[in-house]
Amino acid sequence: MPQTVTYRQALHDTLRAELLRDDDVLLIGEEIGVFEGSYKITAGLLDEFGPRRIRDTPICEEGFTGAAVGAAMLGLRPVVEIMTINFSLLAIDQIINHAAKMHAMFGGQVSVPMVIRTPGGGGQQLAATHSQNLEVFYAHVPGLKVLAPSTPADAKGLLASAVRDDDPVIFLENLALYNTKGEVPDGDHTVPIGTAAVTKPGRDVTIVAYSRAAVIALDVARRLEEEGISAEVVDLRSLRPLDRPTVCASVRRTGRAIVLEDDWLSYGIGAEIAATVQEGAFDHLDAPVRRVAAAEVPLPYAKSLERAALPDAAALTRTVHDVLEATGFPLEPLPSERG
Amino acid sequence: MPEILMPRLSDTMEEGTLGRWLKHEGEQIHKGDVIAEIETDKAVMELEAYDEGPLTRTLVPEGTTVPIGTPVAVIGEPTAPPPEPAPAPAQPQPQPQPQPTDTSAESAAPPATSAEPSRPAAAPRVPTPAAPTRVASSPLARRLARHHGIDIASLTGSGPGGRVVRADVDAAVDQGDAHPAPRPAAGAPSTAAPAAAKPPVGPVAEADEAVEVPLTTVRRLTAQRLTDSAQQAPHFYLTTIIDAQPLLAFRADLNTRLGDRGPRISVNDLIIKACATALRDHPEMNASWDDTRILRHRRIHIGIAVALDDGLTVPVIHDADRTTLTDIAHEARGLTEKARNGHLTLDDLTGGTFTISNLGPYGIDHFTAVINPPQAAILAVGTAHPQPVVRDGELAAGTVMALTLSVDHRVLDGATGALFLADLRELLEQPLRVVV
Repeated sequence: MPQTVTYRQALHDTLRAELLRDDDVLLIGEEIGVFEGSYKITAGLLDEFGPRRIRDTPICEEGFTGAAVGAAMLGLRPVVEIMTINFSLLAIDQIINHAAKMHAMFGGQVSVPMVIRTPGGGGQQLAATHSQNLEVFYAHVPGLKVLAPSTPADAKGLLASAVRDDDPVIFLENLALYNTKGEVPDGDHTVPIGTAAVTKPGRDVTIVAYSRAAVIALDVARRLEEEGISAEVVDLRSLRPLDRPTVCASVRRTGRAIVLEDDWLSYGIGAEIAATVQEGAFDHLDAPVRRVAAAEVPLPYAKSLERAALPDAAALTRTVHDVLEATGFPLEPLPSERG
Repeated sequence: MPEILMPRLSDTMEEGTLGRWLKHEGEQIHKGDVIAEIETDKAVMELEAYDEGPLTRTLVPEGTTVPIGTPVAVIGEPTAPPPEPAPAPAQPQPQPQPQPTDTSAESAAPPATSAEPSRPAAAPRVPTPAAPTRVASSPLARRLARHHGIDIASLTGSGPGGRVVRADVDAAVDQGDAHPAPRPAAGAPSTAAPAAAKPPVGPVAEADEAVEVPLTTVRRLTAQRLTDSAQQAPHFYLTTIIDAQPLLAFRADLNTRLGDRGPRISVNDLIIKACATALRDHPEMNASWDDTRILRHRRIHIGIAVALDDGLTVPVIHDADRTTLTDIAHEARGLTEKARNGHLTLDDLTGGTFTISNLGPYGIDHFTAVINPPQAAILAVGTAHPQPVVRDGELAAGTVMALTLSVDHRVLDGATGALFLADLRELLEQPLRVVV
C-alpha cells in the first residue's frame, strides 16, 4: 500500500533505508546529529547509527564537503547536508573544482560517489542571502548531476538513485516543499536520474517546471482545465542530465511552451529549456517560448515584496492566456471578466 | 503568386542580362507567351512564361544583368483577393478603410498579397529590388502551410504584430480557398472539426500540380555526382555510326554454337569486351581526373550503367580485358540482377575506370551520357536499327548503331578520343577480333 507522507518524511525514510542497506553510506553536516538537522530530516539517525556514520561537523562548509570528497574517493558513500544552498557557496571550490572533476582528471581511476543535499528557495522571509536558487551554478558544471524533485515520491526515488550513483550528485530540496504530502511507493523505489515526468498530459500548451514551481504548474494546469485549456506539465526532476527528448516531444504535441522557475530569469534553467525547444522543436512552435521567473532583484525580506518578486500561479496563468490568445486559441472569458 | 526567375539557358551560364521586356506590367500573360529577351554570353534567347495571370510587377529593368535564379518578374493570380483568415464570411474586396473598431493586429498586418491593381504599361516605374515579402509567421504555421501547399504570404496573421499563427492556417484550410488552384478532390475541405486539417502522411502534396517524391540515398547521390560531373568536367562528345550487321550476325552465330554451354552473349557483352580491348591499346583513355592530377590506370575495370527504379547504379566488371566473353556475359548478368535486387556489394561498385551506358534496349538511336566521375570518359550506345546505307557506291539496306563518347577535356583531347573510337569501331565491325 503506498503511504501518504510528507516530503520531509520521505527524505528521512530514504536516508535511513540507504544507511541500513549499505554500510558505506554515512551522513555528514552541521547539526545533523544531536540537533537532528535544521529541518529534522535526520531525526533519530544518530541514535540508531551512531556518530561514526552520522557525523556532526563544525561550521566549515568547505572543510566537511572536502572531507566527503576524500571519503568518496576512498570508497565510502557520504551524503553531505549543507544547511542551505546559500552556504554551498563556501564549498563551491570543493564541489566544482574537485568533486566534479576527479573522475575525468584521473582518467577514471577514481570516482566520487557522494550526494550533497541542500535546501533552497524563497518565500520564508529569510531575506536576500538566505532565499536563493543557485541550482544553475551546479547545473552548468559537467561532472555533476543535479536533481530537484517536486513530490515525496520523487524525493524518495531520486535520493535513493543519488546515493547509489557513482558520481557526485547535488540534491536540491525546497524549503516550501518539506511539509507537502503525497503518496510514496512502498519498499525499494528508485527514479532514474535524467528522466523528466509528464505529470499532467495536455494538448494546448506545455509548461516546464521543476521543484516548487512544478507543484504550482500542476495546480495551475488543473485549474486551466476548467476553462477548457488543456495544459501539459513536464516536471524536469533532473536538471543535469536534462531530459531534452521529453521536453521536445511535449512541445511537438502542443506547439507552445512556457517555463516556470523560481530562479532569476537571466541565464537560468528557463533559458536552457527555451534553447532546447528552439533546437529540437522549432518547426512545431506556434509562439515564442515564454519564461516565468523571479524578479531580478535580491529577494526582499518584507513579506509583500517577497511575494511580488517570486513567480506564482497568477503570473503563470496570465502567461498561458497571453500565449494562447496570441495564437488564436478560442478562450472563454474568465469568471472575473464575466461581471 | 508565381515569380519568374532568370533561367539557366546554357551549361556555362551564370548570369543573364534582361535585354528587353516584351510584356508590360498589368498585361495579361498566357502560358507560353514570350515575355522578355534574355541575353546570355552566347545569344539572345526568349523568356517564356509558364504561368497565367497579369504581369503584376517587373523586378529587373532592361539592360540589367542578374545571376540565374534571381526573380525578374511576378505574375499575379488571375482572380486576386486574398482570403479572409477569419471564419466570418469572406468579403468580396477588403477595402483599406479606417476601421477604428477593428483589431489592432489586423490593421498592423502587412499588406499580404498582390491584390495590387494593375498599372498602365506606359507609366515609367522605378524598378523595385526583388525583395520577397517578409511575412511574420510562427514556425508551426510555416510548416503547416507548407504541408497544405498554402502560400503563407497569402494569409493575414492574427497573432501579435500580424504574425501568422497556426489558427490562421487552419482557418484557411477549413475555408479551402486559400489555394491558388482547386484542391484535389480527395483532399476536399472537410467541414468537420479543425482536427481534420492534419498534415498528410507519406509523400506530401506540395502543391496541386506536383507531388513530392522523397529522395532515396541512391537518387540523391546520383543527382549530386552527376551535377558535379556536368558542372566540373568540361565534356566534349564524339559520335561515330558503325555498321552493326557483322556484330549482330557474329552474336547470333556465337549463341547458336554455344548452345546450352554458356550464358547467351548480348550485344552489350560484346561492347564491354571490345571496349576493354580497345582501352588496352589506348591506355591514355583509361584514366581519371584527380583534383589536379591525371591518373592513368594500369587495370581496366568497366562500369555498366544499370537503371533502377529509384536511381542509377554502375556495377563494375573488373579486369574486363583479361576476362573471357562468356565470363563477362555471366558476370554482367549477375551484376545486373544484384543491382535490381539491391544486393550489390561495395566491391561490385568501386574501382571502375571507364563506363558504358547502353540505351539500345530502350530503342534510343543516339544520346550523350554524363561522365561518371572521376573517370575520363563514358560510352553511350544506341540501338542497332535498319537504315539505308551506301555500300560500294550503291544504296542498300543496312543496320547501324551510334556510339557516342563523352570525354573529360581536362584529361583528354579530341584526337585521342577519336583514335580510340575509331579502333573501337573497327573491333565491332570485325567482331572476331573481339574474342581473340
